[in-house]
Amino acid sequence: MSPWLEKQRHLIDFTLASLARRKTRNLGLLVVYTLLVFVLASLTLYSNALRSEAKYVLAGSPEVILQRMVAGRHDLIPPGYLEKIGRIRGVQKKEGRLWGYYYDPVLKANYTFMARPASEVADGSIMVGEALARERGLARNNTISFRSYSGKLFSFEVAAVLSPDSELLSADLVLLSEGDFRRFFEYPDGHYTDIALSVANPQEVRNVAAKLTATLPDSRPILREEVQRTYQSVFDWREGILLTVLAGAILAFAILAWEKASGLSAEEKREIGILKAIGWETGDVIRMKIWEGLLISLTAFLGGFLAAYVHVFHFGAAVFTPVLKGWSVLYPKFALVPAVDGLQVATLFFFTVFPYTAAILVPIWRAAITDPDAVMR
Amino acid sequence: MPRPSTFALSLLGLLVCGLLGVLAESLLSTARHQARLDANRELVARLGLTDLALFTEARYTRHPSQADLHSALQDHPGAFDHFPSGSLLAPPAHLTRLHDETHEPVAGKTTSPD
Repeated sequence: MSPWLEKQRHLIDFTLASLARRKTRNLGLLVVYTLLVFVLASLTLYSNALRSEAKYVLAGSPEVILQRMVAGRHDLIPPGYLEKIGRIRGVQKKEGRLWGYYYDPVLKANYTFMARPASEVADGSIMVGEALARERGLARNNTISFRSYSGKLFSFEVAAVLSPDSELLSADLVLLSEGDFRRFFEYPDGHYTDIALSVANPQEVRNVAAKLTATLPDSRPILREEVQRTYQSVFDWREGILLTVLAGAILAFAILAWEKASGLSAEEKREIGILKAIGWETGDVIRMKIWEGLLISLTAFLGGFLAAYVHVFHFGAAVFTPVLKGWSVLYPKFALVPAVDGLQVATLFFFTVFPYTAAILVPIWRAAITDPDAVMR
Repeated sequence: MPRPSTFALSLLGLLVCGLLGVLAESLLSTARHQARLDANRELVARLGLTDLALFTEARYTRHPSQADLHSALQDHPGAFDHFPSGSLLAPPAHLTRLHDETHEPVAGKTTSPD
């Protein structure tokens, strides 16, 4: 082994022995440090994975959704509205959508009802999301009844339960035929909830939206890019809420770490004095302390990050679920695609390992350049 | 007896291997999850879905991208409440109480249609 490496190993040996002399204090610091990295990393990994998933799957959503507004509220699309759109250049397909919400008093949960063409769902049948099926104990060929808002009772046969893999999108979904949808909600004929437009050229989407607003001033086009942007912001916001809650803990740790790293105890000062008196150079003392900082912060960073990864991608982020769940009764079970962003890891590393190691240096350098006799007194 | 540095460096080496392991796993599992992601994107396209079914408690949380102009979350997802009064008013008691109740599957247990 090269003399340089051997010297570093001796410095590490000495540092560990010195840390072991204040075992409780240093172990406590390591545990708190690891926990902090764990929480921050869990938050980052979870939000990033959800963001990536939303971005990928919602790239398939309609290019433009056209809503009609009445007195500032979303209203039904009346007959003739689709025709008014006419032939706007670039619009490949326009389709009236029928969907709405139903409150189920049995589960005390909201479902999203959506009409599908008869070729997909026959009259009297429904297809339901996995979370709904699980909560109501439904399986294929079971019958379920819903009391409509007008008080009438409707029975449906479950034709299929949607794939559990799609739960993040379809947890509360009930797909039924257009006829059943109109009868159930007493939707007037020819009316739609909104209109989905397909635009072939992505460059044209904004022009199409501008033309729609000009043709139909009471309409509100929602572009796919806006939908995707909403999801980027939603997770930023949820992440922000947790970070706000954690801010106190982060500050407390910062104070603890700063105090531990920058304020040398009398015992530590004496130790440095003795080392200098027996012939250690200032550089050796600083190197020893850098090793101390690196060993603690690297162990905490790596340990915290690995625990966060396992927590988020193998245990479904159990710690955060109550916050994310909010007041939802139906909550999807989903596995996120482990998405680790190198830049995120680097940012987390920089903000956790670097400040701690840097905070150690100044006071050590100050103590190490003073006269050993003065330090030991 | 092994030197303390051997133990510490082995531990760090193990943790670094763990980090490389999870990075490799994340790359491999992206490929493994690809079929599911593609199927979900196809479902979104087929049904014309616009939102994730993450928060089903209210229409503006179930479909935040479709919420009307005067509902909460519309101006910006961070704008959960438009006015300061929103942070002072507690949610209606019946809403929070309902959430605490546990639900049992009822299919097959009822004698009459619900």
